[in-house]
Amino acid sequence: MTVTYNFAYLDEQTKRMIRRAILKAIAIPGYQVPFASREMPMPYGWGTGGVQVTAAILGPTDVLKVIDQGSDDTTNAVSIRKFFGRTAGVRTTTRTAEATVIQTRHRIPETPLRENQVIVFQVPIPEPLRFLEPRETGTRRMHALQEYGLVHVKLYEDIARHGHIATTYAYPVKVDGRYVMDPSPIPKFDNPKMSDSPALQLFGAGREKRIYAIPPYTRVASLDFDDHPFERWRHHCRCALCGAEESFLDEVITDDHGSRMFVCSDSDFCESRRGEATTSPEAVSLASDTETHHG
Amino acid sequence: MATLSPGFADPVLAAQATFRGVMDAVARPCTVVPLIDTPAAPPPLCAAAAAIALTLFDHDAPVWLDPPLAQVSDVAAWIRFHTGAPIVTEPAVAAFALVSDPAGLRPFRDFAAGTLENPDTSATLILQVTTLEDGPALDFIGPGVAGRATLRAAPLPNGFAEQIIANRALFPRGVDLLFATRGSVAALPRSATLVGEV
Repeated sequence: MTVTYNFAYLDEQTKRMIRRAILKAIAIPGYQVPFASREMPMPYGWGTGGVQVTAAILGPTDVLKVIDQGSDDTTNAVSIRKFFGRTAGVRTTTRTAEATVIQTRHRIPETPLRENQVIVFQVPIPEPLRFLEPRETGTRRMHALQEYGLVHVKLYEDIARHGHIATTYAYPVKVDGRYVMDPSPIPKFDNPKMSDSPALQLFGAGREKRIYAIPPYTRVASLDFDDHPFERWRHHCRCALCGAEESFLDEVITDDHGSRMFVCSDSDFCESRRGEATTSPEAVSLASDTETHHG
Repeated sequence: MATLSPGFADPVLAAQATFRGVMDAVARPCTVVPLIDTPAAPPPLCAAAAAIALTLFDHDAPVWLDPPLAQVSDVAAWIRFHTGAPIVTEPAVAAFALVSDPAGLRPFRDFAAGTLENPDTSATLILQVTTLEDGPALDFIGPGVAGRATLRAAPLPNGFAEQIIANRALFPRGVDLLFATRGSVAALPRSATLVGEV
């Protein structure tokens, strides 16, 4: 006899508490709703907030995708996918287009999201003002009064020191013109994808016990200055595997002599492109390297 | 003593399906979302509102009943038995309000709107309506709405347009509204802004 859990691991009372927090988070876009985060069978920092949000929304007909830094194949993604495969019996996928719920650590997929999808972000530090004001009472008051001058000072100090805004990830955004929000440590390349997205975006921070949300079709503006407008950033080259010129790239060190290559951080995007490329004659030589997944 | 009608046949999966319906409704204001599994509840509590109650209520969420519901002891007994939620008579301390007669509802300002620092500590009002399709058209913009969305719920609370404008002005404070009718739900979170003729 195997040990059985409640559907999706969490008990029903916990799910209700998280569900009430999610509804308030959606009603107040960008505001961090405190919730009674539970201990999960994985350490803090491994996505306990995202896992609790996913567990509270997941149903038996959902198709779950989990990514870690864009990849479906890294430890964190594999273990969370297995966790829900085991405790909820849901179908899992690596294909962005097939998923109804996508749990992510630090990326938004390259494939545009759709209306019937929910993306759940794992968040380490949900408070964008935390390194400027260590006290929770202080940051709460700052959010209440929209006292966001300090964030702009922080960005300005970047400009004074480096000549440009040097913040590259967890780049602060303002949601629907009201709350300044930490988008989680996604590269700022992904920030524009949050604005006016057809998909619902939920954020869970387990250790810090906060849930927040961006409803679909909501304006999300990356903070900037008139003379230093927000700029996306990616390595200025093509993916070494699929040749993509628009995707976010990871630098991969290939030996101990400084050789390196740049490849898509979104593994599903890259594999799909290579899969399509096999139909064109000039790409046949590449195909033999790539027939590993989706068997 | 009257026998209590049952709750969800499958409490775990029905609550999940109902929650996803409500979550979709709140994320896309004015959209009518079907609720598949609704229990038989003691009247005048409607099945859709009862499903939402079973999904969201528990001992941590005090519930206020409007007078027509409060008059029927079976309703309070059903809610207490199936959810364990405390029933309160003071609207300002309720996390949820169940309203069977929206036209007779007391003003929104009697319910908790949260504080500027903790705006999530506000009430969610669950209004039982007879229609989500044939009521007067009210257009809304805001988060969750691509362009404009039209609410067609009826009956509505007295002075609804003025009340909803005042509620929006409180943002990020304010109450959130759920409209429940036979087999479906729609929502008007506090972030929705009424536009057009009033």
